[in-house]
Amino acid sequence: MVSTEDYVARTEGTCGKEQDVIVIFKYDKKDEAIKKILAKATLKKSIARIVFELTFGKFSFRLYGSGKAIFRDLKDKEELNSLLSELLS
Amino acid sequence: MLDPYKIREDFPILKRKVNGNPLIYFDNAATSQKPKQVIDAIKEFYENHNANVHRAVHTLNQEATELYESAHEEVARFINASGMEETVFVRGTTEAINLVAYAWGLHNLKKGDEIVVSLMEHHSNIVPWEIISGITMASVKYGKVNDDGTLDYESFENLISRKTKMICLSHVSNVTGIVNDVKRIIKVAHENGALALIDGAQSVPHMPVNVKELDADFLAFSGHKMLGPTGIGVLYGKKDILESMEPFQGGGEMIREVSFSPKTKRCSISWNVLPWKFEAGTPNVCGGVGLAEAVRYLKRIGMEKVKVHEETLTKYALPRMKSCEKARIFGTQDPSVKCGIIPFGIDGLSSHDVALFLDNYGIMVRSGFHCAQPLHEIFKLSSTARVSFYIYNTREEIDRFTEVLKEIDQF
Repeated sequence: MVSTEDYVARTEGTCGKEQDVIVIFKYDKKDEAIKKILAKATLKKSIARIVFELTFGKFSFRLYGSGKAIFRDLKDKEELNSLLSELLS
Repeated sequence: MLDPYKIREDFPILKRKVNGNPLIYFDNAATSQKPKQVIDAIKEFYENHNANVHRAVHTLNQEATELYESAHEEVARFINASGMEETVFVRGTTEAINLVAYAWGLHNLKKGDEIVVSLMEHHSNIVPWEIISGITMASVKYGKVNDDGTLDYESFENLISRKTKMICLSHVSNVTGIVNDVKRIIKVAHENGALALIDGAQSVPHMPVNVKELDADFLAFSGHKMLGPTGIGVLYGKKDILESMEPFQGGGEMIREVSFSPKTKRCSISWNVLPWKFEAGTPNVCGGVGLAEAVRYLKRIGMEKVKVHEETLTKYALPRMKSCEKARIFGTQDPSVKCGIIPFGIDGLSSHDVALFLDNYGIMVRSGFHCAQPLHEIFKLSSTARVSFYIYNTREEIDRFTEVLKEIDQF
């Protein structure tokens, strides 16, 4: 099992009714993280390989070339950690 | 006319790239960038003049004290206060409002009294009053906001009565950029014997503000939104009102004398003169020095020119943003009643997606509630993205921003 801490610099709950979570990947690991996620998740749409709309199981999220991702409708932090762990393994 | 290209040369941060793109900083309502004059003033202070202020006789103390006191005077002149005794340095707008809520509210409010605020306020002009009303049993009344984000003046004025002890209103909304006619509301407050606190966080950095002309009893604003450092802000208060108030916090600097009586086994305390009575403990001396430099920088440009520049950018941006198929702009689009803040959304995307998308292109915008959840509830929006302009922003940056918005249209 991969440690998400190797890739994730910070997670932040968004301000607003949406309650989304933004994951910011470590700068020196972001390209590797993006590569791994793109290999695992299903691509729905992308713009100029800068923004990727993806699904993984029941989850949908967007991944940005800048090394950030926004996840929606997550139950809690544990669910996020388990999802990230699967995506980054 | 203000020359933003010349001004930009003073801002080192604007030379950097973000995600491989030139930085476009459109989050000025949250905080402004700092010119090298302010950065140099801070450096100069710590390299050559750093000392604690007041109550010492050595050379560095005198230099630091003179710089700190002259910073108060500079700020007082900037807003046309009578003098430095009317300008209390605090951490920022939030602390300034809390100071009034606690130091004035706790001692002047009781059951049956009312505080009138508007529903467009930043949380920092709502929460302190809710806390204080909970302690004093006074009540908070909320003035309505129209569907276009403008203040419903009739609703607000109808709430003001002889029961009203304080009205609290933002000069400029931090979400919509709408400029409120605070002078009109202050007049009604005074006719009813109430005091008026104006949140100037979004007005003082962007337009000429004259406390005497407004006749505001209190004006709160932050240094970091007007080119100054973080951690320094200002509470303006009319001298007689500040003098009549109890202190906010106790400690050094804010007292004249603390004397222990063996007879009563207690200390008798007398307060220092204004503004020090409200500046307990070692103040943010360097913050004050940086703020004064920021004020001098803005004065050299001229606040009327700052206002015109932001109006011009807003007029330029609005039709271009609207030309993006999926873009929606919230609140009034009448540039004559608003300054350089534009809240917007993109159909099918959350505000955070919009902000992350723009971030990829080096464009910094804010997303979320902007600490004004009640106003978003009125707009029936879960959150908004927001662009906000300042003296160093250009039309070319708006062109680039709208180009990127059009790319989002394809998503």
